[in-house]
Amino acid sequence: MLMTERERLAGEIQALAEKHGKSRTALIPMVQEIKRRYRRLDGYAMQVIADQLGIHPVEVYSVVSFYAFLGSQAQGKFIIRLCRTISCDMQGKDRVKRQLENDLGISFGQTTPDGKFSLEWANCMGMCDQGPALLVNDKLFTRVTPEKVHEILEECRRSFGVHATEQKEVHLV
Amino acid sequence: MSPLPTFSTMTPEAGLKKALSMGRPDIIEEIRSSGLKGRGGAGFPTGMKWNFAAAARADEKFVICNADEGEPGTFKDRVILQEHADLVFEGMTLAGKAIGAKEGILFLRGEYTYLRPHLDAVLARRREQRLLGRNILGTDLEFEIRIFMGAGAYICGEETALIEALEGFRGEPRNRPPFPVNTGFLGRPSIVNNVETLASAACILQKGAAWWKARGTEKSTGFKLFSVSGDCGKPGVYEFPMGITVAQLLEEVGGEGAKAVQVGGASGQCVPASQFERAIAFEDIPTGGSIIVLGPQRDMLDMLHNFMDFFVDESCGQCTPCRIGNTKLLEGIELLKAGRCSMAYLQELCALGETMQIASKCGLGQSSPSAFLSVVKHFREEIMGRTPSHV
Repeated sequence: MLMTERERLAGEIQALAEKHGKSRTALIPMVQEIKRRYRRLDGYAMQVIADQLGIHPVEVYSVVSFYAFLGSQAQGKFIIRLCRTISCDMQGKDRVKRQLENDLGISFGQTTPDGKFSLEWANCMGMCDQGPALLVNDKLFTRVTPEKVHEILEECRRSFGVHATEQKEVHLV
Repeated sequence: MSPLPTFSTMTPEAGLKKALSMGRPDIIEEIRSSGLKGRGGAGFPTGMKWNFAAAARADEKFVICNADEGEPGTFKDRVILQEHADLVFEGMTLAGKAIGAKEGILFLRGEYTYLRPHLDAVLARRREQRLLGRNILGTDLEFEIRIFMGAGAYICGEETALIEALEGFRGEPRNRPPFPVNTGFLGRPSIVNNVETLASAACILQKGAAWWKARGTEKSTGFKLFSVSGDCGKPGVYEFPMGITVAQLLEEVGGEGAKAVQVGGASGQCVPASQFERAIAFEDIPTGGSIIVLGPQRDMLDMLHNFMDFFVDESCGQCTPCRIGNTKLLEGIELLKAGRCSMAYLQELCALGETMQIASKCGLGQSSPSAFLSVVKHFREEIMGRTPSHV
């Protein structure tokens, strides 16, 4: 990471810490916000967060590695989380999984080389009456069929293009 | 028709207005005498919980709404928050008055982030209407509600794990006692109530304990929301009185001809067709409302496999019975699927499951073997001596 990037990140973390009151209770909201902005949380970010909250960096790592939605691994612009729990499973999530993997050329747990898409599993996301369900970032899709997968991915790609040219978050965030 | 008929017919803020005119002990007495039990699944008497927190002395107290709805097959809280968020916030506010808390926290699961804009808007409107903040409705009551986003951990539905997350730690359940009503969020007395419990409390204050008790059974009063999914014609959220039999419920949801029903989600029990006359209530088959209907074509081992994958993934790993036990049960299910499990080993697995029920630290490990044990009990013929074609 360039020095200027590091400085910017540190500045943002400091601002967040001040906003949340620099106490341990701020840890998860801060990590969520940094993940939302940067789609990853590297060792440097964890150190700055730890400094700001007055705790050891390993405490930050310990929390980050516990929660499914935090994690230090870099993720794509669009994180696709497919529900794998019982009702979605009974409604055919395996075929949706296959089609997602076929269309993106990656397996679950991976990110496409262009950094656009990540495939992840989710445990029951509370859409059991309308499965199979998946989340693209925070946006919900229900009754997904293998056939609909292409449509969903295309919608993401279209909004990614808009984002790249207009430099603002327009969709799916 | 709304899936939540009773909640839909409530007069907005009538329960809160009534609570504002009552003394704190009277509010708690109303809830206590209604017999309301926690709607999240554990079924702890709500009035008793509030009473403990009200009696605790502290400079600060907290009302926490548990919207970390993660039990497989449960989605009623999502529907309540979408359609009747006001009722939930009303319940939190009057709970604040009852125990003497000034701050409420809605712990919303990360998977429900899309509900956040709606909930923020409802909270903003309530502040404008003076239903939150200082001098609520012109009285001296002060109460504020904020939203905390969960980060994707089933275990945070357990109240002490939820508090750990709020405090910025790993969601690992605490030893109990001390209970959160004495030593909760930031060491202060806190009540942690399910979304449906708080909405129901608002209804009870409005309509009275006698109205609530008119439905349900003696030990399980009132109505309950059920999240119905699986092999049935009309999946969705339903309101039924407590004590409804499995057969009656199946008829309503178009699930006749089911082979079994999983009541209470992955941590609940599997009820075979021969027991469909049993009642869904705390004294018979307890549930947080998750009903998964299994049609005749379903393989019980596939279901168990899905559940055990879930528990192995979601166990916090803190205590040995849960961490190792779930892994061993998962391996056992794989052996059964491959048709390579001896009866002696199956019995050992059942003994392990019973040990987990006693020895695990929190509700996750205490209840994760339930589905396994009930399937082994009721479907032994189906699961033994498989040929490898089933694999």
